[in-house]
Amino acid sequence: MSEVNGAGEMGGTSDVSGVSSVNGEWPLYEVFIRGKRGLNHVHVGSLRAADNRMALTHARDLYTRRNEGVSIWVVRSNDIAASTPDEKDSFFDPSGDKVYRHPTFYTIPEDVPHI
Amino acid sequence: MEQTLSDDHVYLSLAEGHEEDGEARWAFGTGFTDPLHGVDTAVPAGIDRAELAACCLALGDDALVSAQRLAQWCTLAPELEEELALANIGLDLLGQARLLYARAGQVDGTDRDEDAYAYFRDPAEFRNVRLAELPNGDFAFSIARLLILSAWRLAVFERLAGTADPVLAAVAAKGIKELTYHREYAADWVVRLGDGTEESHRRLQRGLDEVAPYLDELFADGPESGSLADPASLRDEVTAVLRQVAEAAGVELAEAAAPGSGRDGAHTEHLAPLLDELQGLARAHPEATW
Repeated sequence: MSEVNGAGEMGGTSDVSGVSSVNGEWPLYEVFIRGKRGLNHVHVGSLRAADNRMALTHARDLYTRRNEGVSIWVVRSNDIAASTPDEKDSFFDPSGDKVYRHPTFYTIPEDVPHI
Repeated sequence: MEQTLSDDHVYLSLAEGHEEDGEARWAFGTGFTDPLHGVDTAVPAGIDRAELAACCLALGDDALVSAQRLAQWCTLAPELEEELALANIGLDLLGQARLLYARAGQVDGTDRDEDAYAYFRDPAEFRNVRLAELPNGDFAFSIARLLILSAWRLAVFERLAGTADPVLAAVAAKGIKELTYHREYAADWVVRLGDGTEESHRRLQRGLDEVAPYLDELFADGPESGSLADPASLRDEVTAVLRQVAEAAGVELAEAAAPGSGRDGAHTEHLAPLLDELQGLARAHPEATW
């Protein structure tokens, strides 16, 4: 991480509560966009912002400028609980050979969307 | 099974119509609309063509010069995200300039295209307000200027949306949504800086003091006044917005006036270098396409 990023100079974010890093860098946010015809919000990337409001405007400018979205979610990356690569085998491998868990033995009618 | 997987790819699931035609090009966006779609471009009878052209030109010049200043923040903004935000705003304004120049060319009888206005006029022929051409200064100055210009332009466009020329009205209607965001972006930052640290407050106040002398010019009678509904209320409305933001930010709007007006072609020494940079390539290679 760079030592100087200009944030202190322009906004003095180091004394804004919630800034987690030592260099006064803005916290990281994850961005989720729901596309025009999308059913659910999809993770599209991450960005830095001083607070939720700024994260939303940044997300709007970074990820929807080509008309991609109709709704934005942002969430502090720190607030996401994630599985770790170490757990990969115990988490995911056991489902690998259980084909009967997939609804492949049914005929899905063509007019039933989003299955 | 296949259907559940289709959401796994972020771009695919955002792209409109990907299931039908297989042309998922998320990066290029989808569903764009032409702001002039269905608008009759014939000039209605009874409209003063010269006045309409002058109005389009003045508002187009404000947008082009502002866009150039905002683009100059590229690689220099304090944060990558702000750089994108400022460039986005600049591109919105560039889009407005293009439509306005195109309209000016249609109505002033010269049949010039947008490039002719942007690249092949000299500084004295530009009619933008001087506030737009002032150098970027620091981030606080640029934000102070952006707040004032976008609050003013939004109020102007709201008064243009019902104007007699259908093309200008459509351009204004499109611009209102863009300018509402620009004003909000700038107001957010003005409050952040004013309410931030001692240093950010000091710089914002300095920026506001530096732009204050150029406020008067925005409300003087200009080529666009004749096309506006209720031009007399413009100053009060914009000033009220600015005061509200300044109050939330804990800063003062100074009263000062720099005589003269960019609307008469009387510019500061800063416009010529800006246009040199903007026009250099097009003038060196007049027939170039890109």
